[in-house]
Amino acid sequence: MISIDKVSKHYGSFQVLTDCTTQVRKGEVIVVCGPSGSGKSTLIKCVNGLEPFQSGTITVDGISVGDPKTNLSRLRSRVGMVFQHFELFPHMSITDNLTIAQVKVLGRSKEEATDKGLRLLDRVGLKAHAHKFPGQLSGGQQQRVAIARALAMDPICMLFDEPTSALDPEMINEVLDVMVELAQEGMTMMCVTHEMGFARKVASRVIFMDQGRIVEDNATDAFFGAPRSERARQFLAKILSH
Amino acid sequence: MYEFDWSSIPGALPFLWEGMKVSLEITLTAVIFGIAWGTALAMMRLSPLKPLSWFAAGYVNLFRAIPLVMVLLWFFLIVPQLLRSVFALDPNTDVRLTSAMIGFALFESAYYSEIIRAGIQSVPAGQVAAASALGMTYAQSMRLVVLPQAFRNMVPLLLTQAIVLFQDTSLVYVSALADFFGTAYKVGDRDGRLVELLLFAGAVYFVLCLAASQLVRRYQKKLNAHVAH
Amino acid sequence: MSYQWNWGVFLTPAAAGDGSTYLGWMLSGLQVTVALSLSAWVMALALGSLIGVLRTVPNRWLSAIAAGYVELFRNIPLLVQLFIWYFVLPELLPVKLGTWFKQDLDPVTQQFLSAMVCLGFFTSARVCEQVRSGINALPQGQKNAGLALGFTLPQTYRHVLLPMAFRLVVPPLTSEFLNIFKNSAVCSTIGLLELAAQGRQLVDYTAQPYESFIAVTVFYLLINVVVMSLMRVVENRTRVPGYLGGK
Repeated sequence: MISIDKVSKHYGSFQVLTDCTTQVRKGEVIVVCGPSGSGKSTLIKCVNGLEPFQSGTITVDGISVGDPKTNLSRLRSRVGMVFQHFELFPHMSITDNLTIAQVKVLGRSKEEATDKGLRLLDRVGLKAHAHKFPGQLSGGQQQRVAIARALAMDPICMLFDEPTSALDPEMINEVLDVMVELAQEGMTMMCVTHEMGFARKVASRVIFMDQGRIVEDNATDAFFGAPRSERARQFLAKILSH
Repeated sequence: MYEFDWSSIPGALPFLWEGMKVSLEITLTAVIFGIAWGTALAMMRLSPLKPLSWFAAGYVNLFRAIPLVMVLLWFFLIVPQLLRSVFALDPNTDVRLTSAMIGFALFESAYYSEIIRAGIQSVPAGQVAAASALGMTYAQSMRLVVLPQAFRNMVPLLLTQAIVLFQDTSLVYVSALADFFGTAYKVGDRDGRLVELLLFAGAVYFVLCLAASQLVRRYQKKLNAHVAH
Repeated sequence: MSYQWNWGVFLTPAAAGDGSTYLGWMLSGLQVTVALSLSAWVMALALGSLIGVLRTVPNRWLSAIAAGYVELFRNIPLLVQLFIWYFVLPELLPVKLGTWFKQDLDPVTQQFLSAMVCLGFFTSARVCEQVRSGINALPQGQKNAGLALGFTLPQTYRHVLLPMAFRLVVPPLTSEFLNIFKNSAVCSTIGLLELAAQGRQLVDYTAQPYESFIAVTVFYLLINVVVMSLMRVVENRTRVPGYLGGK
């Protein structure tokens, strides 16, 4: 589904990504973790072309992201993305947030889009809030709306960029529950997150990054049982001690 | 097609320089008095004494609501007579420059006062509390603690306002004073070369103001870098 | 020195013998000021928004051209710009167009057109800076979120960035809107009979300078109050719930 091959990226002389290679197959859930500044967010943004990269190739469903001939908007409309800071559109009601891209990008009718949006809103448990505005919801609620907004586009896979790290602790679980459910339904997912409990529960593989490199790409049990690299071991020790 | 003839400019340069000196003179006095009176207005506006604060608010809002051209015209038509009668001056004394300067200073002080008020309010309230805790009076805490910090933050804005003021001095045209622009216009009119002289005046203003605003921008960057450390 | 106040002067027929009172002169000046300011404002808003957007797009050439535009109109005094539009431009136009402007149009139309174009361009540079800072004040993630949903860049501006940016800049745009009314007084220098010019004319005709200046000042204050309450309505109408002090 997603294939990342020898991707490198630099800002001026600063190397952000070096030779990153990995695959995400259909139905897999991949968790990407690592210390801050390790390049994991940059990597996931390269997957739908929000960040350009200088060398290597990324293909999603057989379409090359870096190819200038690729219609990026079209590709992005098929790849769902959830952001650290939710990025709901503050000037639109929740319903409009859920429907605008369905109508303007996919060309669905207003009724069809509203119907679909409200069904997904119900699924994330927020049907009662359809007429509110993003600023009137809590962070956890906003993030669940953001997930529903991405799902409304019928994505072939979902990208999560630290979806819980801007949330207060008591709101993290409501978002993770939605993500676990999604994983169990067989959605292909690539998640940048520090939630190791989530990783243990649903991840097929865990990728550990440090200083722009993929240091470890391992099956979940193996990663938690016996990490191959010293850096990953240290990282796990630090995170689990909390 | 229009044929340009720039030949009347070189000969007029000494006059233009005299005019530029007038423009700069007005700018400088208006900046100095504008900042001084503007500071006083800002402190009145923030003062707990209601009448003072009302007076300052009324003054600032009035001057900010009316056009500068109108103020200058008013000063041109009325103030000279007033000055003459109050100071019993010889009716032939030319008080146009003085009244233009007073007009600019009074007008610009309203704008300066708003910049300064915002600057004072940007200093955290805790600073005043700390100064009072050390036993300073209100005036001392303003002078020693609040204003120095406020002015440091405000310098770029005050300078930008000075550039605007310099551009605005061209409006003394309405009082027939020979500032830089007025001189350029007169020379152009005299020689039938208005097109060239107006374009020349525009170019001079552009170069001067662009250079000055780039300097302010660079200073602002330095200031920001300094604050960040 | 004693000054004879005479507020009745406004109701006396004007000495020019055009059948109007002096108050009528004032009102016609007010009309010109309002018509000029509004038409220039429409122009400034359209041009300024366009250039403001160009300043933020990821294209070095477009944003450099937009930046040059802003510097040009910001660093030349308004009066000089006005004189260039009015006295210089007609000379530099192709002969036919220049002659049409200078001879076929009546003087009032000439003055009005020059004044409108001048104020429009001058103000557009300021509007542009406000729109740009509004767009830049939005979190970078908003643009990414728009793109990630499959919007093209123009669609992202249209549906995501601009609606929010415009709401953010309503207060600074209000003060630019007020400025355009005040700046329009500069156009009295090319002979356009707007409010300030009528005030001056009144001084010449009636020798009652205090009354006429007070009247003009009151009219400008009135314009201020009307514009501010208008913009407050706009601000309240566009307020986003849960954001920017909205409920």
